[in-house]
Amino acid sequence: MQEIIQYLFSGITTGAIYAVIAVGLSMLYSSTELINFAHGEFVMVGAMAMVTFWVHLAWPLPLAILAAMALGCTLGLLFERFAIRTAKASNPIVLVIITVGASIFLRGTGMLAWGKDPFSVPSFSSHESIEILGAALLPQSIWIVLGAIGLAGGIHFFLKKTLTGKAMVACAVNQKAAWLSGIPSERMAVLAFAISTGCGAIAGIFIAPITMSSYDMGTILGLKGFCAAMIGGLGSLWGAFAGGILLGVLESLGAGLISSGLKDAIAFILLLLILYIRPGGLFAAKEAKRF
Amino acid sequence: MSDKLSARSRARIENSIFLAAVILLGLVTENTYYLQIMTFIGINTLLALGLNMLMGYAGQVSLGHAAFYGIGAYATAILSGTYALSPWLALICAVGGAVLVAFIVGLPTLRLSGYYLGMGTLGFGMIVNILFREWSSVTGGASGFVGIPVLEAGPMVFMSGKSYFFLVWAVVLAAILICRRILRSRMGRALRAIHDGENAALAVGVNTHYLKLKVFMFAAALGAVAGFLYAHFVLFISPESFGFMVSVKMVTMVVIGGMASIWGALLGAGLLTLLPEVLHGFAEYEMIVFGLVLMLVMIFMPQGLTRGFLDIYHASRKKRQ
Repeated sequence: MQEIIQYLFSGITTGAIYAVIAVGLSMLYSSTELINFAHGEFVMVGAMAMVTFWVHLAWPLPLAILAAMALGCTLGLLFERFAIRTAKASNPIVLVIITVGASIFLRGTGMLAWGKDPFSVPSFSSHESIEILGAALLPQSIWIVLGAIGLAGGIHFFLKKTLTGKAMVACAVNQKAAWLSGIPSERMAVLAFAISTGCGAIAGIFIAPITMSSYDMGTILGLKGFCAAMIGGLGSLWGAFAGGILLGVLESLGAGLISSGLKDAIAFILLLLILYIRPGGLFAAKEAKRF
Repeated sequence: MSDKLSARSRARIENSIFLAAVILLGLVTENTYYLQIMTFIGINTLLALGLNMLMGYAGQVSLGHAAFYGIGAYATAILSGTYALSPWLALICAVGGAVLVAFIVGLPTLRLSGYYLGMGTLGFGMIVNILFREWSSVTGGASGFVGIPVLEAGPMVFMSGKSYFFLVWAVVLAAILICRRILRSRMGRALRAIHDGENAALAVGVNTHYLKLKVFMFAAALGAVAGFLYAHFVLFISPESFGFMVSVKMVTMVVIGGMASIWGALLGAGLLTLLPEVLHGFAEYEMIVFGLVLMLVMIFMPQGLTRGFLDIYHASRKKRQ
């Protein structure tokens, strides 16, 4: 029992991180119909920026977090402006390969900037764990889960209540119609990119204290984020969020109760099951047909 | 000028030029490093040819094709290394196994389309790769599989060097001929119909699902043959050689060379094998430059290099006139 609660705690923590990654991917997909294979690299950028700003430069924590987020958003902006928008391609496979190129480029840049060694980042607050029902809960986990909920809630508010957000939803529904009614859809795509990569960077900021950060940490996290987004339903905000939490919990339970070696396989087995049984994802009805 | 020749005789000329080039390169090259690189290009060409049939002609994207490459390599490694079976028998088992897996996986997966198909094949590739890594009692786990025997056929021993170069390129030539034959057949026309519009193809009586499955199995078979050749060439395999990035690299070969073109597959495989070798000189800048080249080519030549260069050539001719 105690063990299971412990697995749940760690599962929800990693799940919240997957959720943030998946929310970013899902946001981008719904407004631009693009799957960004470099998304995981923005997670790496967020985590490594924390290493630099907080650990090495000893900036105050809020400033370091803001700076890391800003870095993620800026890189996303540049990527959209110089790579995606300049591309003449209409074929989505080509766009996907451009994002793959960007991911290799970012990984290479990360290796050059931070070297090949892994770094650790201290927790945001005290290290002492809180005991609940005999299981230890790290304060960092609370930060992560609260942060993830806050982020998803903020995006929800933005999309539903602000004019810019509503314009973005309109672009997601039908880009041409949105453009015809006076919404600058190109600017919305840039914004979606910045928010999406910003989410990636936030995931990196969250994950930095609970794992070792290195230049090559992004790929697998990005792929897990895809799985989470697919499980929840690509393009749905809360679907992606729920998919992330579900994936984290099942992974943690599977690793603890069955075999830790198969931990990484769980995400992909779930992905295949969802695709075969309910391709639209658990929480969405619409099925995308592009490529 | 070439318009006057029939497609078939043009194909014959192209094949002869290709054959002559291979023989010439094989006879002239003495440097073992160059021979080795060219052998790798041949192996990658096989991978790209298979995937090109699936992506370029049938329009189905696979982001997990390295799985079949790995299945071919591990099947022959285990059968001929651990169980001392003849490698040639192992080849039959490897290809048969890969085709069977492709059938079982393809049956539900190829019903998906778009990103969903990409993600499905990606998931499959990842699971197979994790299996290679975790099933260490059979596959040697993350540290890899040692003890793959050298290929022999009667008095011939295919050690690295010229003999292996010719073996691989003979297989490539056979694969090119088979691909051409398929593309010329009714199946090839049906494939192109699927690529241009699946619903239209369905409407004129093409059994699209069955056909996609057949091409998927064919691509898997070519992947397994490439894996077999790879395993007996390097004599040591580890899961990283068949991971996600390898799948992505294969897709890139097909797209960069130019989809739906047999020579494009060869060009893409050649470039993506050579590029990392050339970039070794850049040391730690290697990844940055590789990523940048990939992005730039795709941004400015989305149709791939074959078409891209042709377009530039035509444009410059127009200017001159």
